[in-house]
Parts: sequence; structure tokens; C-alpha cells
Amino acid sequence: MRSDRGQSAPLGLKIAATIGLLFLHLPILLIFVYAFTTEEKSFVWPPPGLTTQWFAVTWNRPDVWQALSLSVRVAAISTAIALVLGTLCAAAVSRTKFFGRETISLLVILPIALPGIITGIALRSAFSLAEIPFSFWTIVLGHATFCVVVVYNNAVARFRRTSGSMIEASMDLGADGFQTFRHVVLPNIATALLAGGMLAFALSFDEVIVTTFTAGQQQTVPIWMLEELIRPRQRPVTNVVAMVVVLVTLLPILLAYYLTRDGDQIAGSGK
Amino acid sequence: MTLTATQANPAPAILPGNGGMRGALSDLFWRRPQFLLLLMLLPPVLWLGIVYIGSLFALLLQSFFSIDEFSGLINRQFTLKTYGDLLQAANLDIILRTVTMAALVTLASAIIAFPIAYYAARYARGRWKALFYLGAMLPLWSSYLVKIYAWKLILAKEGILTWLLAKLHLLWLLDGWLSLPVVGGNSLSVSSTGTFIVFVYVWLPFMILPVQAALERVPGNLVEASSDLGASPGQTFRNVLFPLALPGIVAGSIFTFSLTLGDYIIPQIIGTSRLFIGQAVYSQQGTAGNIPLAAAFTVVPIVIMGFYLWGAKRMGAFDAL
Repeated sequence: MRSDRGQSAPLGLKIAATIGLLFLHLPILLIFVYAFTTEEKSFVWPPPGLTTQWFAVTWNRPDVWQALSLSVRVAAISTAIALVLGTLCAAAVSRTKFFGRETISLLVILPIALPGIITGIALRSAFSLAEIPFSFWTIVLGHATFCVVVVYNNAVARFRRTSGSMIEASMDLGADGFQTFRHVVLPNIATALLAGGMLAFALSFDEVIVTTFTAGQQQTVPIWMLEELIRPRQRPVTNVVAMVVVLVTLLPILLAYYLTRDGDQIAGSGK
Repeated sequence: MTLTATQANPAPAILPGNGGMRGALSDLFWRRPQFLLLLMLLPPVLWLGIVYIGSLFALLLQSFFSIDEFSGLINRQFTLKTYGDLLQAANLDIILRTVTMAALVTLASAIIAFPIAYYAARYARGRWKALFYLGAMLPLWSSYLVKIYAWKLILAKEGILTWLLAKLHLLWLLDGWLSLPVVGGNSLSVSSTGTFIVFVYVWLPFMILPVQAALERVPGNLVEASSDLGASPGQTFRNVLFPLALPGIVAGSIFTFSLTLGDYIIPQIIGTSRLFIGQAVYSQQGTAGNIPLAAAFTVVPIVIMGFYLWGAKRMGAFDAL
């Protein structure tokens, strides 16, 4: 009569799991230290001194603000488009069985399953064939395309959990289709949509590979960072921006997690 | 009396419609669900079909064009010449290097991910379970460029890793490794080893989640039965746990493999000047202006992933996603 229930893990497994988790998290924490370093020219460790002056310097940089504003606008509009398209698609796929249903799910997942560079260059070559100049909207076009899947994943899982009889009950009680949607369907899927929307926002805010192909001369925050990584101009400013980006993406992810944790669905799975 | 009253005024079985545009539409949706379905599917399918599939098709089409070597203009005539160019030794070298890197990264991620996933699936409970879950989720969703940037800080010659090794009196180990031919370089941040470490770091969470999902489904009493029957922990792992976790590992490897194949930013920032497929695509379409060759290059990961997905499907990896 041996049972592992309640027994603690073997020491080797504990050590391996701990090392693995440290490997995942320590590098990001390092960013927070470097944001305060007094060293300007190199990545020297340990930092020779600590200062908060770089926050003020970064605050007064117009290029950082422009990039931030572009990123936020792109992410907001892409998220809005993805919310509409993803919810529609999820509703159709989960409510009914129809011919080509599997193909639809594949179609939604494809932009995220194929490497980003393929999506990027495909869009770019299509723009050049159609002679569309790069603009704010070419960035949105790319971002919305791969954000649909995140909303779709969250919405489809929620639709599966909500019982169809609630809709029938609402209709039996005399509500029309629109009232049913407004008062029965929407409250049921609202948190899933909120979670999906936040993840889509985080995904768009962070995207760089597709954006390099569709942005032209404009700079989103990731493109700004990429430029700094390839041709460093002012390292301390990059450190501060990196730290802010970590914090800005952390919040929506944590919120999305708390919104969907009771369910069977993992909000972030299948990025 | 009451009986006759109800008989005289029977309650209507069907309520009158709400009337107006809205009521008519609502009734239409109820009577003809196919119409509603079509209306719901049309926007997403149009968007993805035109924007995405259309672009992919345009890309594929361009790989059958060729570039005029003297004028640099694109000759829009069907030819296989570009695919011939793709098979030059230098390009095959790029493809081989990328595939080798993708395979090594996948293997390493599986090895590092397994203990984390196993602990999370079998031993972590309650609060710890949530912590492990967030432990894999947060790095997955935190900024890709910031993660690469963090490693640039770590791997720099004056960075924390060199400092740590110096404190441990292990610098000779690092220097010895860097003097090796293929994996070495001037410092870790300009060596293939550095590229490898960053790839593993960035894609590792994509491996943890599916492996954990697969291990969650292994009943604990299977492991107990195996040890009751006299198997050592090693034998239990080889014969029970590993085969059952394999679909999860394959599912995770789809991400690590595909993402490594297509990435061009990591090897550009941390690594040698030897190109990977993604960098080749980027430079062909950008500075070289040879869109047909760039398009032909992107067909390589598509074909490789096609075979990979086909194999993965046969192993049942999609059920573990």
C-alpha cells in the first residue's frame, strides 16, 4: 500500500523545477536593476551606482512618447476589430455544426501558427502588389489579423460552457434575438471577451516581427526598441523603456488571468 | 363559468411579433439559422480570407517570378529559376544551420520544461499550482524584445554572467568554451551559444504549457502501479510517463521548432554574422530587393512545418494542444 498522495516531490525534481523557474524569471528582474544604473556606455555589472535621473530623461524624450502613442492607438483599434471578428467567429463555430467548420478554426489559428516573418512578408508583398502605401492602417491590418485568434480562443471556450438552453429560455419568455443577446449572451461572455481583449492588446503592443514589414517609417514601441538594440544611442533610456514595457504588459495579463481562472479555459494558452 | 371564459378567449400560442425592422430581423434569424450563421461568419472569413490568405497566395505567386540580374527589376513571368537559386550551396547552408538550431532548441526546451511541467502537474496544489501556472504564463506574454534585451545585458562581456563566473573562479571554463570553433566567439553575445540560449529562453514557456496539460491527464495511480510492480523511478519514467507525455512534448515542439525557423531578430541581435532563414528572407526583400528569392525562402519553413504538423498529427499531438 504505497501512495504518493500528499507525499512531497523527489529532491532532484524540486531542484530541476526551481532552476527552470529561476531561469525564466531572473533575466526579466535584471531589467529593473539596470533601469537605475548610473553607467551610460556599457552593460557593466554590478552597477557602479544607482540613480533615478533616467526616468526624467526618458519622460522628456518626444520620440518615446510618439512611439508609445502610436503603439497604444494601433493596439486599441486592432483589439476592437479582433473583438468583433473573433466573437462572431466563435459564436458561429460553437453554436452550430456546418460544413467547413474545421477549416474555419484552422483559418483563424494560421496567422499565429506560421512564423511571423511569413505573415509579415506576405502582407508586405501584397501591399506592394496592390500599391498600398504604408500607413497607420497597414499596421492595424496586420495586427488585427493575428489578434483575432486570442479573442476567438477565449470566446469559444466560454460559449462551450454556457448552455444553449438559456438562450431558448430567453426566447420562450418573449425576448427577441437582440434582447437575448444584450441581456443573456453578452453578460455570460463578457469576462471572456474582456480577457481576450486584454491579451490581444498585449499581443499587439508587443508585436515586432510583422510590424517591421508593415510600418514603413513609423515607429511603434517595439520598433523603437529594436532600433536601439541594433544601433544603441542612449542605453539608459532603453533600460527605462524596457522596464515600463514589462510593467505595461504585466497588468493586462494578470487581469486576464484573474478574469478567466475559475473556468476550464486557460486565457493565455496558444499565444 | 371560468372554463367557458378561457375557452372563449384562448391565450395566443404565438405572441405577436414586436413589429418594425428589429422584430422582423429577429424573427428572420430565428426562423432561418443558416442566415444568421452566414451573417456571423462573413466578416471574419472575408477579413482572414482576403487579408491573410490573399497575401499568402500573393507571396507564393511571387516565388515563381524571377529577378533580372542586371536591372534588378522583377520579371513577372512564371519560372522555376528562383527555386534553382535557392538550392545554391550558400543558401542550403543557411537552411541546414537554421534547422539544426531549431532541433537543438526544441530538444533543450523539452529537457528544461519537463521537470517544471511535471512538478506543476503532479505535486503543486492550490496556491502553488496558480503560481506555477503564472510562472510559465508571465514569461510567455512578457515583451519579446525586452527578453532579448535582458539577455544582451546578461551575456555582454562586462555583464553579470562573466562577473558571476569570475566570482566562482570558473572563467577558464567560459574562455575554453568560447575558443571552440563553431559554438565560440569573442564573447557569448556574439556566439552561436548565445543565440541558442536566448532561443531556448524565449520559447521555453511554449513547451511548458502543453507538456503540463499532457501530464495532468496521466492518472497518478498509473505511476504508483508501475512502482508497485517493481519498476525503478527511471524505468517508470521511460516506460510509463514519457510515452504518455510525448504528445504534449510534440505539441510544444511545434511552437519551439516553428518559431525558431522563422525568427530573424534574435540571431541578428545576439549571435554571429552567419545568417538564419529569417535573416536571409529579411535581407533579400529589404536591401537586396529580391522579393522572389525572399518568397522562395519562406516556402522552406512552410514546407518543413507542413511535414512536421503532418507527423505531429499522426502522433496525436493535436489532442494535447
